[in-house]
Amino acid sequence: MRAFLSFVGYRLLRALITLWVVSTVVFVVMRLSGDPVPLLLPPDAPRSEIFRVRAELGLDRPLPVQYAVFLGNVLRGDFGRSIHFREPASRVVMGYLPATLELGLTAFLFAVVVAVPVGLLSAVRRNTFLDHAAMGVALVGQSAPTFFIGILFILLLSLKGGWFPTSGRGTWAHLVLPALTLALFAMASVARLTRSAMLEVLRADYIRTARAKGLAEVLVVAKHTLKNAAIPIVTITGLQFGTLLGGAVVTETVFAWPGIGRLAIQSIYNRDYPVVQCAVFLSAVIFIVLNFLIDVIYGLLDPRIRAR
Amino acid sequence: MASSIPASAPAEAAAVVRHAARAGRQARRTRRFIGAGIGFVVLMAAVAAAAPWLAPHDPVRQSLRSRLAAPTLEGPDGKSHLLGTDHLGRDVLSRVIHGARVSLLVGGAAVLVGGAIGSALGIVAGFRGGWADSIIMTLADAQLAFPFILLAIGIIAVLGPSFPTLVVVIGLSGWVSYARILRSQVLSLRSREFVDAVLALGGSVPRIVLRHVLPNVLSSLVVIATLELARAIVLEATLSFLGLGIQPPTPSWGGMVHEGREYLDSAWWISTCPGLVLMATSIVVSRTGDWLRDLLDPTLKGE
Repeated sequence: MRAFLSFVGYRLLRALITLWVVSTVVFVVMRLSGDPVPLLLPPDAPRSEIFRVRAELGLDRPLPVQYAVFLGNVLRGDFGRSIHFREPASRVVMGYLPATLELGLTAFLFAVVVAVPVGLLSAVRRNTFLDHAAMGVALVGQSAPTFFIGILFILLLSLKGGWFPTSGRGTWAHLVLPALTLALFAMASVARLTRSAMLEVLRADYIRTARAKGLAEVLVVAKHTLKNAAIPIVTITGLQFGTLLGGAVVTETVFAWPGIGRLAIQSIYNRDYPVVQCAVFLSAVIFIVLNFLIDVIYGLLDPRIRAR
Repeated sequence: MASSIPASAPAEAAAVVRHAARAGRQARRTRRFIGAGIGFVVLMAAVAAAAPWLAPHDPVRQSLRSRLAAPTLEGPDGKSHLLGTDHLGRDVLSRVIHGARVSLLVGGAAVLVGGAIGSALGIVAGFRGGWADSIIMTLADAQLAFPFILLAIGIIAVLGPSFPTLVVVIGLSGWVSYARILRSQVLSLRSREFVDAVLALGGSVPRIVLRHVLPNVLSSLVVIATLELARAIVLEATLSFLGLGIQPPTPSWGGMVHEGREYLDSAWWISTCPGLVLMATSIVVSRTGDWLRDLLDPTLKGE
């Protein structure tokens, strides 16, 4: 138990350090952009007005003070007011979060439901046509640019085929293409890893023993192999969920899906930096928290990890 | 094992020979694939370099009369447009050819920047150890624990898209793997006696790095750089697609896919042609990286 607690504590520390690094980078990048005040005011604003707003935003104080204030605000979830929406940036971003989570979860489900069985079959039927075909598709899925896959899906399945709407959010049919696009990279990684994890276990001595004692191949795969290959598969699958959040920026833009990724891109065009910062930071928080939880679950599943 | 069952020894020897022969065949095949991959990249580079002479038309010249013309040998303006024209009447083939310049230039420069930064930090982390090592490796962990594209978007949003910004941001997105490989190589060499001997004889740290560290990691660096090139090209195209890359009217593959998005229904070729070229490039380069890894450095496979 003590070993486990210190393992969790170490992971927690690392997650907090990552959060701190990310927020510091956000602060530095924000300061690199120069004075944001002229952007906030009409171009013919008098100098006194510029000084007043500058003082109001605390930009006339020394940098270390500004940094401390910034960190305090971040801890309270205060990223300032959106210039475009005229309400707190955090509230704007929260409004777009459900769409992103819906897309991410569906894509995650696709990835798991398709990729794990495909990886299993590939390993069991190694070097057959099925294996080569599946791994070929997985290689393409891993190195093809996501945004172009999305464009191809729109062209072939919705414009030519007419089976799905091209963009927007609404019915389940709206969800299929974006989720599939977003899932493709995760699917490819999970399928390849499932295959190699299974192959590794299938080579083990105890599997040979199981076969030698006359166990049916189905049982060998289902009971002896799958159980032991599960840990790496669970980990990589969990990690992919975080990666999906990053990919959501691209997918949401391609399919005009109203989530935080698209919001971030549009806010860049609107020069609405508070919203951009809040969206980037919130994604980072979700990603880091997920990674932390996966680490903990991994530690629970596999006692060997805790020893490290 | 084999000695306990003498009867099977000849069979086992034959199996070993068969296995070796198969491994040899496989290695030769991998070499051929790598050759083909490198050939592809060289061809791309040649196309990019010779773009002004190869392209049949001016890539930024607009012509309202021949807007959205399908791939044709004789368009409405009497000229051939093998891959059609876009919404401003610009020749898609010429733009795809010129787009190779942006992709390879940004991708290649980003790989150099990332490689230089990563290698330098890895060497510093390995030789200095202590707090420098801790800071560098914590940064590396932090970066891996975060979807970098979000940060890239934030940085480019604030600084504005330009060639140097793009190169630095894309380069920074890939420094970690170089740093890791160099750090571990330095660490394993630092404890060796001959390194102490070189230092005692007045040899400098840069000399050790040049003479002993780099030759040992060169093949790993080549593998990583190839895989990074594929990633950098895709990242550049993605940023251009999002409107954060090289700005119009300069043709870039990602930007072209973005421009054609509106006309997908009526003029599919605007997006599809540059997209397919991009996809082919990315797949060929990353596969070449995989093959190089199989051949040069199978230990990297876990990364």
